[in-house]
Amino acid sequence: MCNRDAALREIASLQDAAARDTPLGRLDPRAKILTVLGFAVVVVSFDRYAVTALLPLALFPLGLAAAGCIPLGVILRKVLIASPFALMVGLFNPWFDTQSVALAGGLHIGAGWLSLASIVIRFVLTVSATLLLVAGTGVVPLCHGLRALGVPPALTQQLLLLQRYTLVLTGEATRMQLAHALRGGALRGLPLAQWASLLGHLLLRALQRAQRVHQAMLSRGFAGALPVANSYGWHSCDTLFLLGCSAFFVLVRGVHLPQALGAVLLRVAA
Amino acid sequence: MSAPVLEVCALAFAYPDGQQALFDVSFAVTAGEAVGIIGSNGAGKSTLLLHLNGVHQAAQGHVVVNGQVVSRGNVQQVRRSVGMVFQDPDDQLFMPTVADDVAFGPSNMGLSTSEVASRVAQALDAVGAAHLAQRAPYRLSGGEKRAVALAGVLAMRPDVLVLDEPSAALDPLARRRLIHWLRELPHTRLIASHDLDLVQDVCSRVLVLREGRLVADGTPAAIFADAALLQRCHLEPPLRQQAKP
Repeated sequence: MCNRDAALREIASLQDAAARDTPLGRLDPRAKILTVLGFAVVVVSFDRYAVTALLPLALFPLGLAAAGCIPLGVILRKVLIASPFALMVGLFNPWFDTQSVALAGGLHIGAGWLSLASIVIRFVLTVSATLLLVAGTGVVPLCHGLRALGVPPALTQQLLLLQRYTLVLTGEATRMQLAHALRGGALRGLPLAQWASLLGHLLLRALQRAQRVHQAMLSRGFAGALPVANSYGWHSCDTLFLLGCSAFFVLVRGVHLPQALGAVLLRVAA
Repeated sequence: MSAPVLEVCALAFAYPDGQQALFDVSFAVTAGEAVGIIGSNGAGKSTLLLHLNGVHQAAQGHVVVNGQVVSRGNVQQVRRSVGMVFQDPDDQLFMPTVADDVAFGPSNMGLSTSEVASRVAQALDAVGAAHLAQRAPYRLSGGEKRAVALAGVLAMRPDVLVLDEPSAALDPLARRRLIHWLRELPHTRLIASHDLDLVQDVCSRVLVLREGRLVADGTPAAIFADAALLQRCHLEPPLRQQAKP
Protein backbone atom coordinates (compact mmCIF):
# COMPACT_ATOMS: atom_id res chain seq x y z
CA MET A 1 0.00 0.00 0.00
CA CYS A 2 1.45 3.37 -0.96
CA ASN A 3 1.78 6.33 1.41
CA ARG A 4 -1.04 8.24 -0.27
CA ASP A 5 -3.35 5.23 0.12
CA ALA A 6 -2.43 5.17 3.79
CA ALA A 7 -3.15 8.90 4.03
CA LEU A 8 -6.56 8.42 2.41
CA ARG A 9 -7.33 5.52 4.74
CA GLU A 10 -6.37 7.66 7.73
CA ILE A 11 -8.63 10.50 6.55
CA ALA A 12 -11.40 7.94 6.06
CA SER A 13 -10.78 6.47 9.51
CA LEU A 14 -11.07 9.94 11.08
CA GLN A 15 -14.33 10.55 9.18
CA ASP A 16 -15.61 7.15 10.25
CA ALA A 17 -14.76 7.99 13.85
CA ALA A 18 -16.76 11.20 13.56
CA ALA A 19 -19.73 9.33 12.06
CA ARG A 20 -19.85 6.75 14.88
CA ASP A 21 -22.39 7.09 17.65
CA THR A 22 -20.15 7.77 20.65
CA PRO A 23 -20.52 9.77 23.88
CA LEU A 24 -18.17 12.39 22.41
CA GLY A 25 -20.00 12.46 19.07
CA ARG A 26 -23.35 13.03 20.80
CA LEU A 27 -22.17 16.24 22.48
CA ASP A 28 -23.09 19.59 20.95
CA PRO A 29 -20.19 20.80 18.77
CA ARG A 30 -20.26 24.16 20.57
CA ALA A 31 -19.55 22.47 23.91
CA LYS A 32 -16.57 20.64 22.41
CA ILE A 33 -15.19 23.72 20.64
CA LEU A 34 -15.42 25.88 23.77
CA THR A 35 -13.84 23.17 25.93
CA VAL A 36 -10.92 22.60 23.56
CA LEU A 37 -10.46 26.36 23.26
CA GLY A 38 -10.35 26.64 27.05
CA PHE A 39 -7.87 23.77 27.16
CA ALA A 40 -5.58 25.52 24.66
CA VAL A 41 -5.73 28.78 26.66
CA VAL A 42 -4.83 26.95 29.87
CA VAL A 43 -1.96 25.06 28.19
CA VAL A 44 -0.35 28.21 26.81
CA SER A 45 -0.87 30.15 30.07
CA PHE A 46 1.74 28.10 31.96
CA ASP A 47 5.22 29.38 32.71
CA ARG A 48 7.68 28.88 29.82
CA TYR A 49 9.68 26.37 31.88
CA ALA A 50 6.64 24.35 33.04
CA VAL A 51 7.03 20.67 32.25
CA THR A 52 5.70 18.43 35.00
CA ALA A 53 2.85 20.83 35.79
CA LEU A 54 1.56 20.28 32.24
CA LEU A 55 1.52 16.51 32.41
CA PRO A 56 -1.88 16.06 34.16
CA LEU A 57 -3.47 17.90 31.22
CA ALA A 58 -2.70 14.83 29.08
CA LEU A 59 -5.72 13.26 30.75
CA PHE A 60 -7.96 15.53 28.65
CA PRO A 61 -6.93 14.27 25.17
CA LEU A 62 -6.81 10.72 26.53
CA GLY A 63 -10.35 11.15 27.83
CA LEU A 64 -11.52 12.59 24.50
CA ALA A 65 -10.02 9.62 22.61
CA ALA A 66 -11.71 7.16 24.96
CA ALA A 67 -15.08 8.94 24.79
CA GLY A 68 -14.90 9.13 20.98
CA CYS A 69 -13.54 5.57 20.47
CA ILE A 70 -10.79 7.19 18.39
CA PRO A 71 -7.62 5.16 17.81
CA LEU A 72 -4.77 7.05 19.48
CA GLY A 73 -2.28 5.68 16.94
CA VAL A 74 -3.85 7.71 14.11
CA ILE A 75 -3.77 10.89 16.20
CA LEU A 76 -0.18 10.34 17.35
CA ARG A 77 0.99 9.73 13.77
CA LYS A 78 -0.52 13.04 12.72
CA VAL A 79 1.05 14.81 15.72
CA LEU A 80 4.38 13.30 14.73
CA ILE A 81 4.04 14.57 11.14
CA ALA A 82 3.54 18.12 12.41
CA SER A 83 6.15 17.89 15.19
CA PRO A 84 9.08 19.35 13.18
CA PHE A 85 7.32 22.73 13.30
CA ALA A 86 7.26 22.65 17.11
CA LEU A 87 10.86 21.49 17.26
CA MET A 88 11.89 24.32 14.97
CA VAL A 89 10.34 26.85 17.36
CA GLY A 90 12.34 25.66 20.35
CA LEU A 91 15.39 24.17 18.66
CA PHE A 92 17.80 26.94 19.60
CA ASN A 93 16.56 27.43 23.18
CA PRO A 94 19.23 25.12 24.73
CA TRP A 95 21.98 27.22 23.12
CA PHE A 96 20.60 30.67 23.87
CA ASP A 97 19.08 30.02 27.31
CA THR A 98 21.96 28.40 29.17
CA GLN A 99 20.94 29.39 32.69
CA SER A 100 21.16 26.37 34.99
CA VAL A 101 18.07 25.10 36.78
CA ALA A 102 18.08 22.76 39.76
CA LEU A 103 15.97 19.63 39.49
CA ALA A 104 14.85 17.25 42.19
CA GLY A 105 17.61 14.97 43.48
CA GLY A 106 20.33 17.61 43.12
CA LEU A 107 20.44 17.41 39.33
CA HIS A 108 20.95 20.50 37.16
CA ILE A 109 19.80 21.16 33.63
CA GLY A 110 19.97 24.08 31.18
CA ALA A 111 16.78 26.19 31.25
CA GLY A 112 16.74 26.06 27.42
CA TRP A 113 16.21 22.32 27.54
CA LEU A 114 13.28 22.78 29.90
CA SER A 115 11.65 25.39 27.66
CA LEU A 116 12.18 23.11 24.63
CA ALA A 117 10.50 20.23 26.49
CA SER A 118 7.70 22.57 27.54
CA ILE A 119 7.11 23.68 23.93
CA VAL A 120 6.97 20.08 22.73
CA ILE A 121 4.54 19.05 25.48
CA ARG A 122 2.28 22.05 24.81
CA PHE A 123 2.37 21.25 21.09
CA VAL A 124 1.45 17.58 21.63
CA LEU A 125 -1.36 18.50 24.03
CA THR A 126 -2.98 21.21 21.91
CA VAL A 127 -2.57 19.54 18.52
CA SER A 128 -3.83 16.17 19.74
CA ALA A 129 -6.84 17.84 21.44
CA THR A 130 -7.64 19.73 18.22
CA LEU A 131 -7.30 16.58 16.10
CA LEU A 132 -9.52 14.69 18.53
CA LEU A 133 -12.06 17.51 18.37
CA VAL A 134 -12.20 17.14 14.56
CA ALA A 135 -12.19 13.34 14.66
CA GLY A 136 -14.86 13.22 17.35
CA THR A 137 -17.13 15.78 15.75
CA GLY A 138 -16.70 15.77 11.96
CA VAL A 139 -15.81 18.80 9.87
CA VAL A 140 -19.37 19.76 8.89
CA PRO A 141 -20.84 19.71 12.44
CA LEU A 142 -17.70 21.50 13.60
CA CYS A 143 -18.30 24.28 11.07
CA HIS A 144 -21.95 24.49 12.11
CA GLY A 145 -20.78 24.81 15.71
CA LEU A 146 -18.29 27.54 14.80
CA ARG A 147 -21.00 29.43 12.93
CA ALA A 148 -23.34 29.11 15.88
CA LEU A 149 -20.59 30.62 18.03
CA GLY A 150 -20.40 33.64 15.73
CA VAL A 151 -17.44 32.75 13.49
CA PRO A 152 -17.98 34.50 10.10
CA PRO A 153 -19.52 32.15 7.46
CA ALA A 154 -16.72 33.00 5.03
CA LEU A 155 -14.23 31.31 7.39
CA THR A 156 -16.30 28.19 8.09
CA GLN A 157 -17.02 27.72 4.38
CA GLN A 158 -13.31 28.01 3.60
CA LEU A 159 -12.72 25.29 6.17
CA LEU A 160 -15.35 23.02 4.62
CA LEU A 161 -14.10 23.56 1.08
CA LEU A 162 -10.49 23.12 2.20
CA GLN A 163 -11.40 19.68 3.55
CA ARG A 164 -13.25 18.80 0.31
CA TYR A 165 -10.35 19.87 -1.89
CA THR A 166 -7.77 18.17 0.32
CA LEU A 167 -9.59 14.90 -0.38
CA VAL A 168 -9.72 15.73 -4.11
CA LEU A 169 -6.00 16.51 -4.20
CA THR A 170 -5.06 13.41 -2.20
CA GLY A 171 -7.22 11.24 -4.48
CA GLU A 172 -5.58 12.64 -7.61
CA ALA A 173 -2.11 12.18 -6.10
CA THR A 174 -2.93 8.55 -5.25
CA ARG A 175 -4.04 7.77 -8.79
CA MET A 176 -1.00 9.49 -10.31
CA GLN A 177 1.40 7.71 -7.98
CA LEU A 178 -0.18 4.35 -8.79
CA ALA A 179 -0.08 5.03 -12.54
CA HIS A 180 3.57 6.04 -12.26
CA ALA A 181 4.46 3.05 -10.09
CA LEU A 182 2.88 0.65 -12.59
CA ARG A 183 4.95 2.05 -15.45
CA GLY A 184 8.06 3.52 -13.87
CA GLY A 185 8.69 2.10 -10.43
CA ALA A 186 9.26 4.09 -7.26
CA LEU A 187 9.12 7.88 -7.11
CA ARG A 188 12.35 7.90 -5.11
CA GLY A 189 15.32 8.87 -7.29
CA LEU A 190 13.10 10.47 -9.93
CA PRO A 191 14.90 13.23 -11.90
CA LEU A 192 13.92 16.77 -10.92
CA ALA A 193 12.38 17.47 -14.35
CA GLN A 194 10.02 14.50 -13.97
CA TRP A 195 9.08 15.60 -10.46
CA ALA A 196 8.22 19.03 -11.83
CA SER A 197 6.13 17.47 -14.59
CA LEU A 198 4.31 15.19 -12.14
CA LEU A 199 3.56 18.07 -9.77
CA GLY A 200 2.38 20.25 -12.65
CA HIS A 201 0.03 17.50 -13.84
CA LEU A 202 -1.19 16.94 -10.29
CA LEU A 203 -2.03 20.62 -9.95
CA LEU A 204 -3.83 20.75 -13.31
CA ARG A 205 -5.78 17.55 -12.65
CA ALA A 206 -6.75 18.69 -9.17
CA LEU A 207 -7.87 22.04 -10.62
CA GLN A 208 -10.02 20.32 -13.27
CA ARG A 209 -11.53 18.02 -10.64
CA ALA A 210 -12.14 20.96 -8.32
CA GLN A 211 -13.91 22.76 -11.18
CA ARG A 212 -16.22 19.78 -11.68
CA VAL A 213 -16.92 19.61 -7.94
CA HIS A 214 -17.72 23.33 -7.96
CA GLN A 215 -19.96 22.95 -11.01
CA ALA A 216 -21.83 20.11 -9.27
CA MET A 217 -22.32 22.36 -6.23
CA LEU A 218 -23.52 25.25 -8.39
CA SER A 219 -25.97 22.91 -10.13
CA ARG A 220 -27.59 22.16 -6.79
CA GLY A 221 -28.14 25.80 -5.98
CA PHE A 222 -24.90 26.61 -4.12
CA ALA A 223 -24.61 30.40 -4.08
CA GLY A 224 -21.62 30.87 -1.82
CA ALA A 225 -23.20 29.89 1.49
CA LEU A 226 -23.41 26.34 2.75
CA PRO A 227 -26.79 25.48 4.28
CA VAL A 228 -26.89 25.13 8.06
CA ALA A 229 -28.70 21.98 9.10
CA ASN A 230 -28.53 22.57 12.83
CA SER A 231 -29.91 19.39 14.30
CA TYR A 232 -28.00 19.88 17.55
CA GLY A 233 -29.31 21.14 20.80
CA TRP A 234 -27.61 22.15 24.02
CA HIS A 235 -28.42 19.58 26.69
CA SER A 236 -27.47 19.17 30.33
CA CYS A 237 -24.71 16.72 29.36
CA ASP A 238 -23.10 19.51 27.28
CA THR A 239 -23.14 21.86 30.27
CA LEU A 240 -21.75 19.08 32.45
CA PHE A 241 -18.96 18.34 29.95
CA LEU A 242 -18.01 22.02 29.63
CA LEU A 243 -18.11 22.74 33.36
CA GLY A 244 -16.45 19.47 34.38
CA CYS A 245 -13.55 19.93 31.97
CA SER A 246 -13.19 23.62 32.86
CA ALA A 247 -13.02 22.76 36.56
CA PHE A 248 -10.29 20.23 35.81
CA PHE A 249 -8.33 22.81 33.79
CA VAL A 250 -8.62 25.39 36.59
CA LEU A 251 -7.46 22.78 39.11
CA VAL A 252 -4.42 21.83 37.03
CA ARG A 253 -3.62 25.50 36.44
CA GLY A 254 -3.97 26.46 40.09
CA VAL A 255 -2.39 23.46 41.77
CA HIS A 256 0.86 21.78 40.74
CA LEU A 257 -0.70 18.31 40.84
CA PRO A 258 2.48 16.21 40.42
CA GLN A 259 4.15 18.20 43.21
CA ALA A 260 1.09 17.91 45.43
CA LEU A 261 0.83 14.19 44.71
CA GLY A 262 4.55 13.78 45.46
CA ALA A 263 4.17 15.65 48.75
CA VAL A 264 1.23 13.47 49.75
CA LEU A 265 3.15 10.29 48.89
CA LEU A 266 6.19 11.49 50.85
CA ARG A 267 3.99 12.27 53.83
CA VAL A 268 2.37 8.85 53.61
CA ALA A 269 5.79 7.20 53.28
CA ALA A 270 7.08 9.18 56.28
CA MET B 1 -48.10 20.61 -29.53
CA SER B 2 -47.27 21.93 -26.00
CA ALA B 3 -44.85 24.83 -25.51
CA PRO B 4 -41.22 23.78 -25.13
CA VAL B 5 -39.92 23.56 -21.58
CA LEU B 6 -36.38 24.00 -22.87
CA GLU B 7 -35.10 25.75 -25.98
CA VAL B 8 -31.54 26.05 -27.23
CA CYS B 9 -31.21 28.72 -29.92
CA ALA B 10 -28.10 29.13 -32.12
CA LEU B 11 -25.86 28.27 -29.17
CA ALA B 12 -22.11 28.66 -29.66
CA PHE B 13 -19.37 28.37 -27.05
CA ALA B 14 -15.57 28.48 -26.96
CA TYR B 15 -13.37 27.62 -23.97
CA PRO B 16 -10.93 30.27 -22.70
CA ASP B 17 -8.07 28.54 -24.56
CA GLY B 18 -9.90 29.33 -27.81
CA GLN B 19 -11.16 25.80 -28.48
CA GLN B 20 -14.61 26.11 -30.06
CA ALA B 21 -16.80 23.46 -28.44
CA LEU B 22 -20.26 24.28 -29.84
CA PHE B 23 -21.38 25.84 -33.13
CA ASP B 24 -24.91 27.12 -33.80
CA VAL B 25 -26.74 24.39 -31.87
CA SER B 26 -30.55 24.72 -31.86
CA PHE B 27 -33.31 22.43 -30.60
CA ALA B 28 -36.37 22.48 -28.37
CA VAL B 29 -37.66 19.94 -25.86
CA THR B 30 -41.29 19.66 -24.75
CA ALA B 31 -42.47 18.67 -21.26
CA GLY B 32 -42.10 14.98 -20.46
CA GLU B 33 -39.87 14.19 -23.44
CA ALA B 34 -36.85 11.90 -22.98
CA VAL B 35 -34.08 13.05 -25.31
CA GLY B 36 -30.79 11.23 -25.82
CA ILE B 37 -27.69 13.21 -26.80
CA ILE B 38 -25.06 11.10 -28.49
CA GLY B 39 -21.74 11.76 -30.17
CA SER B 40 -18.13 10.69 -30.06
CA ASN B 41 -15.69 11.87 -27.36
CA GLY B 42 -15.17 15.63 -27.63
CA ALA B 43 -18.34 16.15 -29.68
CA GLY B 44 -19.57 18.75 -27.16
CA LYS B 45 -22.18 16.76 -25.21
CA SER B 46 -21.01 17.70 -21.69
CA THR B 47 -20.37 21.31 -22.73
CA LEU B 48 -23.92 21.52 -24.08
CA LEU B 49 -25.37 20.08 -20.87
CA LEU B 50 -23.49 22.62 -18.74
CA HIS B 51 -25.29 25.41 -20.63
CA LEU B 52 -28.71 24.04 -19.78
CA ASN B 53 -28.52 25.06 -16.12
CA GLY B 54 -26.32 28.09 -16.54
CA VAL B 55 -23.00 26.64 -15.35
CA HIS B 56 -21.65 27.83 -18.71
CA GLN B 57 -23.10 31.03 -20.13
CA ALA B 58 -23.75 31.15 -23.87
CA ALA B 59 -21.12 33.09 -25.82
CA GLN B 60 -23.58 33.38 -28.73
CA GLY B 61 -27.22 32.36 -28.93
CA HIS B 62 -29.21 31.56 -25.84
CA VAL B 63 -30.93 28.90 -23.75
CA VAL B 64 -34.56 29.31 -22.69
CA VAL B 65 -35.94 27.40 -19.70
CA ASN B 66 -39.66 27.63 -18.96
CA GLY B 67 -39.87 30.73 -21.15
CA GLN B 68 -36.95 32.53 -19.43
CA VAL B 69 -33.67 33.21 -21.17
CA VAL B 70 -30.88 31.82 -18.98
CA SER B 71 -28.70 34.68 -17.74
CA ARG B 72 -26.53 35.42 -14.73
CA GLY B 73 -29.49 37.21 -13.16
CA ASN B 74 -31.82 34.22 -13.07
CA VAL B 75 -29.36 31.36 -12.81
CA GLN B 76 -30.53 30.29 -9.33
CA GLN B 77 -34.10 30.02 -10.54
CA VAL B 78 -32.97 28.09 -13.63
CA ARG B 79 -31.08 25.60 -11.46
CA ARG B 80 -34.28 24.87 -9.56
CA SER B 81 -35.91 23.98 -12.87
CA VAL B 82 -33.02 22.09 -14.45
CA GLY B 83 -31.35 19.46 -12.28
CA MET B 84 -28.07 17.99 -13.44
CA VAL B 85 -26.56 14.63 -12.52
CA PHE B 86 -22.83 14.64 -13.23
CA GLN B 87 -20.85 11.87 -14.93
CA ASP B 88 -18.75 11.09 -11.86
CA PRO B 89 -20.90 10.87 -8.72
CA ASP B 90 -17.78 11.52 -6.64
CA ASP B 91 -17.80 15.07 -8.03
CA GLN B 92 -21.26 15.53 -6.57
CA LEU B 93 -21.27 13.76 -3.21
CA PHE B 94 -19.38 15.52 -0.45
CA MET B 95 -21.49 15.80 2.68
CA PRO B 96 -20.80 13.49 5.67
CA THR B 97 -23.89 11.33 5.19
CA VAL B 98 -26.12 10.40 2.26
CA ALA B 99 -29.10 12.18 3.86
CA ASP B 100 -27.06 15.39 4.33
CA ASP B 101 -25.92 15.20 0.73
CA VAL B 102 -29.41 14.73 -0.68
CA ALA B 103 -30.51 17.64 1.54
CA PHE B 104 -27.83 19.95 0.10
CA GLY B 105 -29.93 21.10 -2.90
CA PRO B 106 -33.27 21.57 -1.07
CA SER B 107 -31.46 23.40 1.79
CA ASN B 108 -29.90 25.79 -0.73
CA MET B 109 -33.43 26.47 -1.96
CA GLY B 110 -34.25 27.86 1.48
CA LEU B 111 -36.90 25.26 2.32
CA SER B 112 -37.95 24.55 5.89
CA THR B 113 -36.23 21.73 7.81
CA SER B 114 -39.35 19.55 7.71
CA GLU B 115 -39.82 20.10 3.96
CA VAL B 116 -36.15 19.26 3.36
CA ALA B 117 -36.46 16.07 5.43
CA SER B 118 -39.60 15.06 3.56
CA ARG B 119 -37.96 15.64 0.16
CA VAL B 120 -34.85 13.71 1.20
CA ALA B 121 -36.95 10.73 2.29
CA GLN B 122 -39.01 10.78 -0.92
CA ALA B 123 -36.02 11.17 -3.23
CA LEU B 124 -34.08 8.35 -1.54
CA ASP B 125 -37.17 6.19 -1.66
CA ALA B 126 -37.64 6.90 -5.38
CA VAL B 127 -34.20 5.48 -6.20
CA GLY B 128 -34.38 2.63 -3.67
CA ALA B 129 -31.68 4.14 -1.44
CA ALA B 130 -33.66 4.88 1.73
CA HIS B 131 -31.57 2.32 3.63
CA LEU B 132 -28.39 4.27 2.80
CA ALA B 133 -29.52 7.53 4.44
CA GLN B 134 -27.03 7.47 7.31
CA ARG B 135 -24.12 5.94 5.37
CA ALA B 136 -21.05 7.97 4.41
CA PRO B 137 -21.10 8.60 0.61
CA TYR B 138 -17.46 7.57 0.14
CA ARG B 139 -18.29 4.11 1.53
CA LEU B 140 -20.91 3.36 -1.15
CA SER B 141 -20.54 1.20 -4.27
CA GLY B 142 -20.57 2.81 -7.72
CA GLY B 143 -24.24 1.96 -8.28
CA GLU B 144 -25.24 3.25 -4.86
CA LYS B 145 -23.32 6.49 -5.44
CA ARG B 146 -25.10 6.95 -8.75
CA ALA B 147 -28.49 6.39 -7.10
CA VAL B 148 -27.69 8.87 -4.33
CA ALA B 149 -26.43 11.46 -6.85
CA LEU B 150 -29.73 11.09 -8.73
CA ALA B 151 -31.68 11.41 -5.47
CA GLY B 152 -29.74 14.59 -4.67
CA VAL B 153 -31.10 16.17 -7.82
CA LEU B 154 -34.60 14.64 -7.59
CA ALA B 155 -34.95 16.17 -4.12
CA MET B 156 -34.86 19.60 -5.77
CA ARG B 157 -37.92 18.56 -7.81
CA PRO B 158 -36.70 19.99 -11.10
CA ASP B 159 -38.85 20.13 -14.24
CA VAL B 160 -35.96 18.99 -16.41
CA LEU B 161 -33.46 16.29 -15.51
CA VAL B 162 -30.09 16.42 -17.27
CA LEU B 163 -27.84 13.36 -16.95
CA ASP B 164 -24.27 13.10 -18.18
CA GLU B 165 -23.20 9.50 -18.88
CA PRO B 166 -25.52 8.07 -16.22
CA SER B 167 -24.56 4.43 -16.84
CA ALA B 168 -20.77 4.95 -16.80
CA ALA B 169 -18.97 2.44 -14.54
CA LEU B 170 -22.17 0.65 -13.48
CA ASP B 171 -22.43 -3.11 -13.26
CA PRO B 172 -25.19 -4.74 -15.38
CA LEU B 173 -27.71 -4.99 -12.54
CA ALA B 174 -27.18 -1.38 -11.40
CA ARG B 175 -27.42 -0.27 -15.05
CA ARG B 176 -30.69 -2.16 -15.51
CA ARG B 177 -32.06 -0.58 -12.33
CA LEU B 178 -31.01 2.88 -13.59
CA ILE B 179 -32.78 2.30 -16.91
CA HIS B 180 -35.90 1.33 -14.97
CA TRP B 181 -35.80 4.57 -12.92
CA LEU B 182 -35.12 6.71 -15.97
CA ARG B 183 -38.08 5.19 -17.80
CA GLU B 184 -40.40 5.67 -14.83
CA LEU B 185 -39.49 9.29 -14.01
CA PRO B 186 -42.13 11.78 -15.15
CA HIS B 187 -39.58 14.56 -15.71
CA THR B 188 -38.37 15.94 -19.00
CA ARG B 189 -35.06 14.12 -19.43
CA LEU B 190 -31.93 14.90 -21.44
CA ILE B 191 -29.41 12.08 -21.34
CA ALA B 192 -25.92 12.37 -22.82
CA SER B 193 -24.47 8.90 -23.17
CA HIS B 194 -22.24 6.53 -25.09
CA ASP B 195 -24.53 3.74 -23.90
CA LEU B 196 -26.70 3.62 -27.00
CA ASP B 197 -28.75 0.68 -25.69
CA LEU B 198 -29.74 2.83 -22.69
CA VAL B 199 -30.63 5.71 -25.04
CA GLN B 200 -32.73 3.33 -27.14
CA ASP B 201 -34.48 1.98 -24.03
CA VAL B 202 -35.24 5.31 -22.38
CA CYS B 203 -35.46 8.02 -25.05
CA SER B 204 -38.12 8.82 -27.60
CA ARG B 205 -35.83 11.19 -29.46
CA VAL B 206 -32.10 11.36 -30.20
CA LEU B 207 -29.84 14.34 -30.98
CA VAL B 208 -26.50 13.60 -32.62
CA LEU B 209 -23.56 15.95 -32.05
CA ARG B 210 -20.44 15.92 -34.18
CA GLU B 211 -17.52 18.31 -33.58
CA GLY B 212 -19.78 20.72 -31.70
CA ARG B 213 -22.55 20.75 -34.31
CA LEU B 214 -26.01 19.21 -34.14
CA VAL B 215 -26.04 16.95 -37.20
CA ALA B 216 -29.20 14.88 -36.65
CA ASP B 217 -32.42 14.97 -34.63
CA GLY B 218 -34.87 12.09 -34.87
CA THR B 219 -36.37 9.00 -33.33
CA PRO B 220 -34.01 6.31 -32.03
CA ALA B 221 -35.24 3.95 -34.74
CA ALA B 222 -34.43 6.44 -37.51
CA ILE B 223 -31.07 7.53 -36.08
CA PHE B 224 -29.79 4.04 -35.31
CA ALA B 225 -30.87 2.77 -38.74
CA ASP B 226 -28.78 5.43 -40.49
CA ALA B 227 -25.48 3.57 -40.86
CA ALA B 228 -23.82 6.38 -42.85
CA LEU B 229 -24.66 8.97 -40.17
CA LEU B 230 -23.40 6.73 -37.37
CA GLN B 231 -20.17 6.01 -39.21
CA ARG B 232 -19.60 9.70 -39.95
CA CYS B 233 -20.04 10.47 -36.25
CA HIS B 234 -17.77 7.61 -35.09
CA LEU B 235 -20.76 5.79 -33.60
CA GLU B 236 -22.23 2.34 -33.95
CA PRO B 237 -25.79 1.02 -33.65
CA PRO B 238 -26.79 -0.19 -30.15
CA LEU B 239 -25.30 -3.58 -29.27
CA ARG B 240 -28.76 -5.14 -29.13
CA GLN B 241 -29.34 -4.03 -32.72
CA GLN B 242 -25.91 -5.29 -33.82
CA ALA B 243 -26.66 -8.72 -32.37
CA LYS B 244 -29.72 -9.13 -34.60
CA PRO B 245 -29.03 -11.27 -37.67
